[in-house]
Amino acid sequence: MTPTPLIALAGNPNAGKSALFNALTGARQKVGNYPGVTVERKSGRMALDDGRPLELLDLPGTYSLTPSSPDEAVTHDVLLGKQPGERLPSALLVVIDATNLDNHLRFALQLIELGLPTVVALNMVDMAERDGLKIDADRLAAELGVPVIPTVAVRRKGIDELKAALGSLAATQAAHPVSEPSGDHDALIVLQRRARAIAAAATTEENFRLRWTHRADAVALHPVIGPILLATILFVMFQAVFAWSAAPADAIDSGFVALQGLVTDRMADGFVRSLIVEGLIAGVGAVIVFLPQILILFLFILLLEASGYMVRAAFIMDQLMARVGLSGRAFIPLLSSFACAIPGIMATRTIDDPKDRLTTILIAPLMTCSARLPVYAVIIGAFIPERTVGPGVGLQGLVLFCLYIAGIAGAMLAAFILRRTVTKGPPPGFLMEMPRYQMPIVRDVLLGLWQRAIIFLRRAGTIIAATTAVLWLLVSYPKPPADYAQPAIDYSVAGRIAGALEPVFAPVGFNRDMALALIPAMAAREVAVSALATVYAVDAEDEAAQEQSLVERLQGRWSLPTALAFLAWFVFAPQCVSTIAVVRRETNSWKWTGFMLAYLFGLAYIAAGATYWSALALGL
Amino acid sequence: MDVDAETMTLDRLPLGTGGAIVGVCWDKLDERDARRLRELGVDEGVLVEKLHKGPFGADPIACRIGRMTVALRSIQASAILVGARTVR
Repeated sequence: MTPTPLIALAGNPNAGKSALFNALTGARQKVGNYPGVTVERKSGRMALDDGRPLELLDLPGTYSLTPSSPDEAVTHDVLLGKQPGERLPSALLVVIDATNLDNHLRFALQLIELGLPTVVALNMVDMAERDGLKIDADRLAAELGVPVIPTVAVRRKGIDELKAALGSLAATQAAHPVSEPSGDHDALIVLQRRARAIAAAATTEENFRLRWTHRADAVALHPVIGPILLATILFVMFQAVFAWSAAPADAIDSGFVALQGLVTDRMADGFVRSLIVEGLIAGVGAVIVFLPQILILFLFILLLEASGYMVRAAFIMDQLMARVGLSGRAFIPLLSSFACAIPGIMATRTIDDPKDRLTTILIAPLMTCSARLPVYAVIIGAFIPERTVGPGVGLQGLVLFCLYIAGIAGAMLAAFILRRTVTKGPPPGFLMEMPRYQMPIVRDVLLGLWQRAIIFLRRAGTIIAATTAVLWLLVSYPKPPADYAQPAIDYSVAGRIAGALEPVFAPVGFNRDMALALIPAMAAREVAVSALATVYAVDAEDEAAQEQSLVERLQGRWSLPTALAFLAWFVFAPQCVSTIAVVRRETNSWKWTGFMLAYLFGLAYIAAGATYWSALALGL
Repeated sequence: MDVDAETMTLDRLPLGTGGAIVGVCWDKLDERDARRLRELGVDEGVLVEKLHKGPFGADPIACRIGRMTVALRSIQASAILVGARTVR
């Protein structure tokens, strides 16, 4: 049996590669990583009209095959059959943007020279026409020596023709020798000029103008309106995270309460029932409640990226970032880190300057990721009154906004100091393409959200469920003797560990339960919430206490300064094993990983202490 | 094409004006920047237009290079020599 033919999808960034990949494969996609590097491996299956299956591999968007960044190295190695664990593709699908032929053809020529059977998708032909360009696909095919199919990936135009062309390529099965491309500068210029000649021959230009993009940029990059617009977008984004999520979060919460009731009714009282009701459902439920907020945040990030606005934001922020020694390029990974530091840190690989990149990695965990939201939301919900402080501005939302600002300020301060000490170097440059504005495609955004939701739920079902169950056991056992005067939890294993830790945290106002919650929260920050939920569920002695929500329980047990100190801790503390692992992999250094842990925990401790003692001094 | 006798580096060009690239001092750029600029289509004969500048200071600038918009800093732009002519 022959394996499914593997077709590699390659092209410049912003050629519409992802949209084409989605149009060809639908939701049948697998997202993973290449071993040893953090370049995402995205593949999907598609069926030809005659039923033959093909595997489509979406390579990272790059400008050339010169292997100088991890993305380019993977593209280069896969196409030359040198990538470990990846077979040599049997054919190549090259995507080029019809509105930017000069540039995209250069890379296309380089790819065609590799000698693999190739089809070119001439994408966004509709945009080209709108901008006043007419492209002769047949002429282009004759010049390039490979089939050229005009497509509009976002409207699924040309997809059938593309499938047919891929089908006939996959049938050829010829083992072509693949040759190493020449990457030197003169070769690049020669290719560039050939590309321009071919583009000129195949294009009829009438009054070319990127009308839409130019008009939009006149506003988005306006020296006054631009920054105001960016600040407004970010503020709306963070308000929406709270405002839009209330109803679905309540629904999920009541769902879990109902589930607890159901299990309690159906099962006999005992160890297993307690583990399920107090441990698993209480713990996992406390985290899943935050799915709506996390998805809203990702929705904004996906929309900003898909629309092309993200690079404009980087442009506006560039000089502010330069003041702390970074470049505007660092803004994109940092903004992604608000959703999750892991994709954020992975996105730093687009930063060329090694010192700029290292600094960005070291401060990325200070951006308030979505896993902090559950912690913030519970504490804010319990201790900050729900009232408005202005039209459309709630106090709770404002406090949340301040926590985000605290993270940003901490990150900027850290970058400022790092760039003058341990990551000292020449100021980084800022050189990037600003893609055309585009209407985000609903289907692609929904697919992105779906993938995020699955990752989150899988985490809740595995890491969070497991740590919660273990914590429940540690909190519940051993049972104290009948004449034990203190709360039962003090007698348990967890109670004793927390008791030992308490003196460390007492100076910053943390109580035993908080020390206890911080340990499992090393696995993931949101576990702090499920841990507190579990601790207080086990600790609740009578029926009335059993029925209290986590928020009500916290209100009774924590003082306001303690709660604020806990918030301050979470602004800085690097409590996430996955982030630490990614930092280790991306920096390829235990030294830098250890450095990051030390400075972040140090900051967290100082911030929590400072918050606690100033709150006490203010009489809060 | 009516190119003025006067040439100017891209960083000194006023906003909203442009022209054809008449020369690039590749030696002035570090190797990484030079390669990137080539990849983004900077070459003799390509039309450029200075479109926007960042809100906080003189940098960065956004230029049309060929058919795409590229953000760069003045230091890089100063290596690009433009045959100045006014494009509305």
